[in-house]
Formats: sequence, C-alpha cells, structure tokens
Amino acid sequence: MKRKWMFNLQLAFTLLICAFLIIPVILSALAGVTVNFFKGLESGLTFRWIIEVWGLYADTIFLSFFIAITCLIVTLIIGIPMAYVLARLGGRPARMIEEFITLPVAIPGLAIALALIMTYGGFRDFRASWLFILVGHVLYTLPFMVRSILAVLSSINFTELEEGAASLGASFRQRLFQIIIPNAKPGILAGSLMVVTLSIGEFNLTWMLHTPLTKTLPVGLADSYASMRLEVASAYTLVFFVMIVPLLIAMQMASGSKPKKKKQLQKPKQTLASRTTK
Amino acid sequence: MNKKTVSNLIILSIPAAVILLAFFLIPIVQLIIVGASGEEGIAAYASIFTKPRHLESMIATVLLSAFVTLVAIAISTVVGLFLVRNRFWGRETLISLLTFPLAFPGVVIGFLIILLAGRQGLIGAVTKSLTGDKVVFAYSIAGLFLGYLYFSIPRVMLTIMATAEKLDLSLEEAARSLGASQWRVIRDILLPALRPGLIASGAICFATSMGAFGTAFTLATNIDVLPMTIYTEFTLNANFAGAASLSIVLGLITWVALFIARSLSGSTVAASG
Repeated sequence: MKRKWMFNLQLAFTLLICAFLIIPVILSALAGVTVNFFKGLESGLTFRWIIEVWGLYADTIFLSFFIAITCLIVTLIIGIPMAYVLARLGGRPARMIEEFITLPVAIPGLAIALALIMTYGGFRDFRASWLFILVGHVLYTLPFMVRSILAVLSSINFTELEEGAASLGASFRQRLFQIIIPNAKPGILAGSLMVVTLSIGEFNLTWMLHTPLTKTLPVGLADSYASMRLEVASAYTLVFFVMIVPLLIAMQMASGSKPKKKKQLQKPKQTLASRTTK
Repeated sequence: MNKKTVSNLIILSIPAAVILLAFFLIPIVQLIIVGASGEEGIAAYASIFTKPRHLESMIATVLLSAFVTLVAIAISTVVGLFLVRNRFWGRETLISLLTFPLAFPGVVIGFLIILLAGRQGLIGAVTKSLTGDKVVFAYSIAGLFLGYLYFSIPRVMLTIMATAEKLDLSLEEAARSLGASQWRVIRDILLPALRPGLIASGAICFATSMGAFGTAFTLATNIDVLPMTIYTEFTLNANFAGAASLSIVLGLITWVALFIARSLSGSTVAASG
C-alpha cells in the first residue's frame, strides 16, 4: 500500500517536471498558428505567421541547412581518419589528443568566437563569408563525430579484422574503406545526426561570427525575439522545432537500436547526454 | 607498429591537426595575448577581482550556476531514479520528452521562458484570473533561473540515470532486511553509490550554466551574467583586452569543471553553451 502511494507521488512529480519542459513548447507551437495569442485560441487558427516567417527568414533556413551539410562533410572527412588514428594509438597519448579535440566544446562558444574574430577578423572577405561560421561549427561539432566513431571502434576488435585483411594482401586504403569504415557505421551515423542537429541549433558562436548577410536560423530567431510580434517569433520557433525534432527522434532511434556486432560498450544514453548547447 | 603504419597514421591525422591548429590553437593563443595587451597589461586577468563590475558579474554567475546545479540535481535524482526503477506504460515516452530539450539552443529556451512567465505568458494569465495580479518574472533573476533549470534538467537526469542503472540493488535489499528505514537506505546506501554520477552531472551542469549565453541574451535581464558581461565589453565598450581576458578566465573555469566530470564518469562530453 505504502509502495503504491510512493509510486504515485514520484510519478506525479515526474509528470510535473515533464510539463515544465513540454508546456512552453506547446505554447510556442500554438502561438505560432493563432491569429492573436493575447486573445487566445478563440481568435482562430492561421498560417499567416508561418507564411510571414517564410517571407522574412527563408534565407536563414537555407543557410542553416547548407552550413549543417557542409559541416557534416568536413567533419566526416577529417573526423573519420582522426577517430581511426586515436583508436589505433590507444592509451594515454590518445586520451590527451582526445582531450584537446574536445576543448572547443568545453570552452564557451563566445570565447572561441572572440578568438576567431581577433585572429582572422582582419581578413575581410573571409570574415564576411559563411565560411567563417562554418569554421566555428566544425570546431564545435568535430569532437562529437570523433567520439562517436571512437566509441564504436574501441568496442570492436578492428585490429584483428585489419590484420586478417592485411595478411590476405589488402592495402591500407582497401582496409580503411572496406573494413574500418563499414564497421564504424553505427558510430558514423550517430555522429552525423549529432553534427547536423548541433550545427542547425548553434547560436553562441554563430551570433558573434555572423554578418547581416550571413544569418543562420538561430541568429534569425534571436532577431525575431527582439523585434517581431510574439506570433511571428512563435511561428519561426515552430519552424525550427519542425526541423529539429525529426533529427532528435532519429538520434534517439540510432542510439537505441544496438548494432549486432558483439557486445557494444557504447552507452546509448551517454551519447545524448554528452551534447549541449545553451 | 611498423614504420609504414606510423606514417599512415600521421598522414591520416594531418587534416584534423591543420584545422585545429589554424582555427583553434592559434586563435586561443591570440586571445590570451590580446587579453594581456590592454592598458592594464597582464593585470587584466585579475580584473575579475579588481574591477567591481566584473567581480559582481562573476559572483552573480557563480551563485546562479551553483544554485541551478543544486536544484537540478535534486529534481533529476528523484525523476531519474523513478524512471530507472519502475517499468510502466508510457515510460519510454516520458524519457524521450524529458530529454528532447537537450538540443534546444539557449535562445529558444529564453523564448520559452518568456512564453511561460513573460508579459503575455501562461503564468501571468493564470495568476491574473486567480488573484487579479499578473505575475511576470521572465526578465528577472527568477526567469534566468528557470531558463537555466530548463536546459540543466535533461542533462543532469541522463547522467544520473546512467549511474543509477549500474547500482547494485542487493545492497539495498540487504539493508532493508536488516531493518534499515527507507531514509537510512537512501542516506547510507543510495546516495553514496550515486555520488560519482551526482558530482559528474553537477560539474557538467555548473559548466554549462557558467557559459550559457543564449538564454541570458534572449531574456535580456538586468543581471549581468559573465557571458553577457564579455559580450557587452566587446560590442558596446570595445574593450577587447577585457573581453579576451574574461573569456580566458571563463573558459578555464568551465574546462576545469568538465575535466572533473570526465575523470569521474569517464565518458561525458558536455558542451557549454
């Protein structure tokens, strides 16, 4: 009897916390399609605000997608080899290099953005282009890609597979593309989802790095929060949620479905816990 | 490893090494140099203690972050333990809902707090219909606190859940069978066993809160948290040395906090936002 009572009390508390996290999201979604949020839902539903957002901010949405995809390509090209090197190296040196790669995540984005501006701000064309934002995003997302692949590689015995292939005469290139990369796929997939999600939502670095001509979605959001009516800001936020939620669901599914390889040491919960953006 | 392997590994690490060197290491060194290049020279790094405005901002940020950390840990321990130990219909959905906000940028969280506690917010509307007084606190320190709590709970909860899943239930059963009360089981067995997870998640939460910029930026409160102080020094006052030195100090604080978290829990990368 007492147990049942305890269970209900804890459940109620959990639901309360859940409400705290979810109700504002629902409010924002509703406000984005309500004619007049102040009057409430009775004023009717409309797509007017979403259309207005599209007219005002469509370019920020495209730029965010574009930067996220480019960022993904760059982190794949430099991250996969790096993760392989770390897995091969192992031990203390690998941990130290990993710590260094992770630094851009441990230091507030604002600080990194200032460092970039103070070093490269003088190169006008570079400063004014979207590449400047891309650099920040690559620094910020690379650790997630590398760690995600590393987690998979260190949980399978890839050196054995590689030696086997080598003894059969496979070249290093062949081993890399036919053994390592296919085996690291779950990690590459999880890392890719993370990179795209993080890049689309990145604000702290981007706010400092952007120019009036290179505005990304979160920059546009901040802009609309400061200057637009609540309904427009909400509609814009709704667009953002629509973009980010499928990625999040995919991410949870990717970390939930365990690959059939041996026992995976990868901890599904931790991969998500790791990420951050405030 | 033979010579060929070593040279292969070196070639493979070149792309990442070049990018990190050019766009991270050199800029950070430059930031450290700029930090010491103002009128006060190296003393700029002590401005956290010597400049009243910086000191105030530092104290406010540390207090706010510490308080958010404590509350987030308390809430997340209750919720996390409950979700790990009970199996019921809808549990998975609850976990998903509780972890979704992880990917929300700080600016969006600030806006959500405005919808909750702002001038046209839900809390204002509810209190107005109940008492006739409209309660609005989004733009005060309470709003900032709520925003920080919003992004902290999912983070802390996941780390605590990961620790709680590894707990040895037999210890608790043994204690109970020996007649220990619920409270004693919690105090003497559960909390000590959870401690590494609690400290790790607390450190992550603290670091994230210290560096949080987006939420404070949207709420535009009159309380200057450290990232906002850095931002104003840089954009409004054009005090590059001050902004740079404060950034370095803030970066050191968050890095040390996360280092503690990592050495305790092994596999946590928490970013700061």
